[in-house]
Amino acid sequence: MNQAASVLRIGRHAVIIAIGILMLYPVLWLLSSSFKPNTLIFSDTSLWPKEVTLSNYITGWKGLQGISFARFFANSAQISILSVLGNVITCSLAAYAFARLEFRFKKVWFSLMLVTIMLPYHVTLVPQYILYNKFEWINTYLPLIVPKWLAHDSFFILLMVQFIRGLPKELDESAVIDGCSQSQIYFRIIGPLLVPALITTAIFTFIWSWDDFFSQMIYLNKVQLFTVQLGIRSLFDPSGESNWGALLAMSVLSLLPIMTIFLSFQKYFLDGIATTGLK
Amino acid sequence: MASARRPSLWRQDRTAYLFLLPWLLGFFCLTLGPMVYSFYLSLTKFNLLNSPRWLGLQNYVQIFTDDASFLQSLKITFQYVLLSVPLRLIFALLVAMALNKGIRALGIYRTVYYIPSLLGGSVAIAIVWKKIFDGDGLFNHFLATFGIEGPAWIANPLYVLYTIVTLSVWQFGSAMVIFLAGLKQIPADLYEASEVDGAGKVRQFFRITLPLLSPVLFFNLVMSIINSFQVFTPGYVIGDGRGGPIDSTLFYTLYLYLKGFSFFDMGYASALAWIMLAIIGAFTALVFVTSKYWVFYGDGKEERG
Repeated sequence: MNQAASVLRIGRHAVIIAIGILMLYPVLWLLSSSFKPNTLIFSDTSLWPKEVTLSNYITGWKGLQGISFARFFANSAQISILSVLGNVITCSLAAYAFARLEFRFKKVWFSLMLVTIMLPYHVTLVPQYILYNKFEWINTYLPLIVPKWLAHDSFFILLMVQFIRGLPKELDESAVIDGCSQSQIYFRIIGPLLVPALITTAIFTFIWSWDDFFSQMIYLNKVQLFTVQLGIRSLFDPSGESNWGALLAMSVLSLLPIMTIFLSFQKYFLDGIATTGLK
Repeated sequence: MASARRPSLWRQDRTAYLFLLPWLLGFFCLTLGPMVYSFYLSLTKFNLLNSPRWLGLQNYVQIFTDDASFLQSLKITFQYVLLSVPLRLIFALLVAMALNKGIRALGIYRTVYYIPSLLGGSVAIAIVWKKIFDGDGLFNHFLATFGIEGPAWIANPLYVLYTIVTLSVWQFGSAMVIFLAGLKQIPADLYEASEVDGAGKVRQFFRITLPLLSPVLFFNLVMSIINSFQVFTPGYVIGDGRGGPIDSTLFYTLYLYLKGFSFFDMGYASALAWIMLAIIGAFTALVFVTSKYWVFYGDGKEERG
């Protein structure tokens, strides 16, 4: 009886580990292939390279048309960091108003905010493009950053509204009695307590902006403005003439910032996902 | 300013609207305004250079009566959504249940299973996928060790969609994390009590786990449907960026993109966008309407909104 139970437990562990390896396999293959000489990438299928080289990283880093990947990384970083700041600041302002303040038409605005979460991006895509084109914002980072400073990702507003609703209301009430204004309550009381939700928002925003290939492709078409995603896509030639070694090496580097952030904040991150689902 | 101590309604409003100002600006300039304009454009022909020319319903008529690419892109997208959403959610639920049985090192598994969801949206992983499922790629090497000769998965219009579906199923981690959190909230004594009553595992799953997990399932389902309809990067990178081979990767979003940004037919692209909104809206509404039959909100502890 006991033995059967432990066999079952070991079996379950084996399955879970096997699935885990399967899950990581493509990522490990990418990592290992990026260190293989070009001639061996597809003939040597083992994860442990027979011959290790850094040449893929060196040729890949040279980038496109004389512009190195250092530039693409700097560009992506600039966009992502400014997006994070915008989202964290403006979404938390809106969330505070929805969660704690009373004002006319609050219900209407709140429902509209909820509806925008479900709205597909494509419905506003064409007019937004036309608008940015009129402003002469094409081939600048403004179309990628300005929406974040206008709390356009309502999803994060909702996340923070839910979080603030979980904070005891007595805190603000006593602050009001002590003569605090609303902005003081936001900065001194809600702000510090909101940090876990702010971190979740920051990580999500960073990763989404870093990976957001579609908007980058639409709004940026000068090589010196390219982001990491656009750089990799341009190294990649669908007809099959790509320098695979260089391409895979740069792909590894493109995933590094995301992995680093995820591994350093994974608790916030995974719990953040869990709570958005449960509310 | 005698009202400083006892804020008047107006003053209270003003403070709140100041907090809300960035969002309101965004709502009018980036959502509502563009939506109205997009609807107007969908009734015109407009190529960015000349001013929009009024067509009435002609774009819509053409889409529904004389556009094979539209039907093809709809077919590809429906196939993708109907395959990938259920498969991803079933995987997510099964693995979450396996992980929920007091396994040590749960944190590590949770992290490992989540990594594909984290990286999966990037161009890099789409390229890896394309290489793994190429004719002489890793997957066929693996099949060859069993003496099976695999087809050219990517180059063959019959199979390429399935490789894109596997890429999406591989990313079950984010749904799994949400399921796992839901499973943790189910009180263990419910299972103990039902065991005393002699209920088997299957019965427990359908009588306890599934009903108590239904709000979470509902959330995952709605989000998955909405996101899957909008998939772009994997199809664009794994296919050739124009929907090939033979339109087998012509996802709806890709078709819309090509119409708008390769052919600069902004009116037509807008009409396509409105049809997409209607389709996603219909699917979401269907899930919402049926949800009252299958989503179970416990004893009303979980208030909505």
